[in-house]
Amino acid sequence: MRSYDKYFRENRLPHMWCPGCGNGIVMKAIVQAIEAKNLDQDKTVIVSGIGCSSRASGYMNFDTLHTAHGRAIPFATGIKLANPELNVIVITGDGDCTAIGGNHFIHGARRNVDLTVILFNNNIYGMTGGQASPLTPLGKKATTAPYGSVDRPFDPCHLAEAAGATYVARSTAYHVKHLSDMIFQGMGNKGFSFIEAITQCPIAYGRKNKLGDAPEMLKWMSETAVMKAAYDKLPEEKREGKFPIGVFYNSEFTEYTTAYQKVIDLAGGAR
Amino acid sequence: MKAEILIKQERCKGCNICVSFCPKKVLKLDTLGKVQVIDGEACIACGQCELRCPDYAIYVDKKVNA
Amino acid sequence: MGNIKLMQGNEACAEGALAAGVRFFGGYPITPSTEIAESMAVMLPKVGGTFIQMEDEIAGIAVVLGASLAGKKVLTATSGPGFSLKQELIGYAAIAEIPLVIANVQRLGPSTGQPTSPAQGDVMQARWGTHGDHPMIALSPWTVKESFEVAVKAVNYAERFRTPVIILLDEIVGHLREKVELPDAKDIEIYPRRRPDCSREQGYEPYRPAADLVPNVADFGTGNRIHVTGLVHDETGFPSGSPKVTEESIRRLHQKIEIVQDEITHYDEFFMEDAEYAVVSYGGTARTAYAAVLEARNKGIKVGMVRLMTIWPFADKIVKKVANQVKAILVPELNYGQLVNEVERAAGGKAKVKLLAKYNTEIFTPNEICTAIEDLTAEVAD
Repeated sequence: MRSYDKYFRENRLPHMWCPGCGNGIVMKAIVQAIEAKNLDQDKTVIVSGIGCSSRASGYMNFDTLHTAHGRAIPFATGIKLANPELNVIVITGDGDCTAIGGNHFIHGARRNVDLTVILFNNNIYGMTGGQASPLTPLGKKATTAPYGSVDRPFDPCHLAEAAGATYVARSTAYHVKHLSDMIFQGMGNKGFSFIEAITQCPIAYGRKNKLGDAPEMLKWMSETAVMKAAYDKLPEEKREGKFPIGVFYNSEFTEYTTAYQKVIDLAGGAR
Repeated sequence: MKAEILIKQERCKGCNICVSFCPKKVLKLDTLGKVQVIDGEACIACGQCELRCPDYAIYVDKKVNA
Repeated sequence: MGNIKLMQGNEACAEGALAAGVRFFGGYPITPSTEIAESMAVMLPKVGGTFIQMEDEIAGIAVVLGASLAGKKVLTATSGPGFSLKQELIGYAAIAEIPLVIANVQRLGPSTGQPTSPAQGDVMQARWGTHGDHPMIALSPWTVKESFEVAVKAVNYAERFRTPVIILLDEIVGHLREKVELPDAKDIEIYPRRRPDCSREQGYEPYRPAADLVPNVADFGTGNRIHVTGLVHDETGFPSGSPKVTEESIRRLHQKIEIVQDEITHYDEFFMEDAEYAVVSYGGTARTAYAAVLEARNKGIKVGMVRLMTIWPFADKIVKKVANQVKAILVPELNYGQLVNEVERAAGGKAKVKLLAKYNTEIFTPNEICTAIEDLTAEVAD
């Protein structure tokens, strides 16, 4: 049907995500970025953790690795270091990346390993039925925050930048083409690239917080997300209730496999 | 009809995203909750439905020989 | 003649792994295993390999699993607390059938315990540390030279059976320095990475077992587009909820090791020909036990010794044979009593089995074990 269909394992579809779940939208944005980037399908590895987001790897027609909860980034690091010619893409979720995998996330960024990490942020642990994650907003309800969350959430983009990621961007499931472009640009960065993809979980998060159905949640994204350039110009009071999307940070720093090659050269070895 | 709409019924989960984002009210969920075309003539092939379908269940193309 | 060196057990372990083809090490510093990481940090880049110090113990095993899937032979090293942290991913390696070697240099626990003191308290953790059912191979060297040899074996077994293999060192052997004659590279047998037997077009399925019940899982980046998961999966590699597939895959994981158990059971027998008593021992403690057995022989006691290199799978047959021959077996261990229960089970009541336990940071003296042998003969006589 479409030129990017070849990047899906069509015999594994339809996927297991709930009706209205945005993960399918984000997964499509990823394969479209891969197509635009013309990555070699046999030299690209998709690595995921555990959770709703991380089931994506099983539907994607590459070498794919569904790791343990929180551990996608160190597995991916091993793959990249063992064979630097591979393109390594990490798919993770808010719980996977910023809770159980938080340490690996900041250290992956610190090392600046050439990975493209896409965080599916649905603000909740969907797979286990709606528990609060480190990205559940203050006051929002979850089965483990029945009176509203009092745990201050991370801004994962700030976290990635502070930890040393050399490309940091955010987009949403509503802004599909923009999201795909953010991922595309991330793939072009030689180093640790982090893209936060805001996606809707109408079943475990939306329903509990009376955010409406999937179309309502997508509309919320269209109304509250503001392109970074415009957001930066907004006065403080007009930023209330809005969030920026776009490329937040892009810098150059020696990529890890390049840095380690220097170690090999110093030691007198050859790959 | 300016557009060709293909629906993969077996993939549709009835989330209503395509129906909601269609600017011309071309689509509707049937009684079983699957998407159906109710006004194909009105379709302008804008692709909003396909763009955000999380289940890859709807495809829309401009008709070449319209 | 090979290369003669004075080295530590930990260094010999690193040398052995390198000789067996390990080209990737990831880990986290922990006493008393750190010299393995330090040796690898020096040696690996010299041969074009990669060393990486990770942010924690879990990342240390995750990174080597990734590297293994991408085609490298891998090693990680740790000690008790880190070994506990690595358990979930040891199970991952078992079910996803990823070649992996973990060197665990045992120290006294539980928890932080006595970080620089010898112990043999991880014997059961090595076997049963993860959740669920899977077999385990664990090898325990008793000399520095054997630390090298065990490392070679461990790498070969990990590759051949696509399973995690544990080098169960202890602080005694890990930190011991001995003169070692390392074999020439040409004399070291190396098991190569398994390769797919057909192409994707020919219907290749990554988890279809070969005749030896081990699947030829393709390395990433070789055009096979495989899926690897810690979920129970069928021969295609994709998850399956089927009771039949689940049962068959768990059974096969066990059977692939069960069918080679005799071949991978390594042990030494000393003075067993006329033995009426036996000492079953392993690791650093076996060194003391050997001296004690000599001492007891000098005193006229017909005692022999079985030294186990293969701790898991347990050497049931050997112990059964010994139990049928002798009146009693002494099991000295630097723990509260772990492998003794396996010895007792395998002995099946044919011989009295007695534990000599020590867990106070000190190693046994030959005299302690010799006295225990003498006491045992007296007990049996009563």
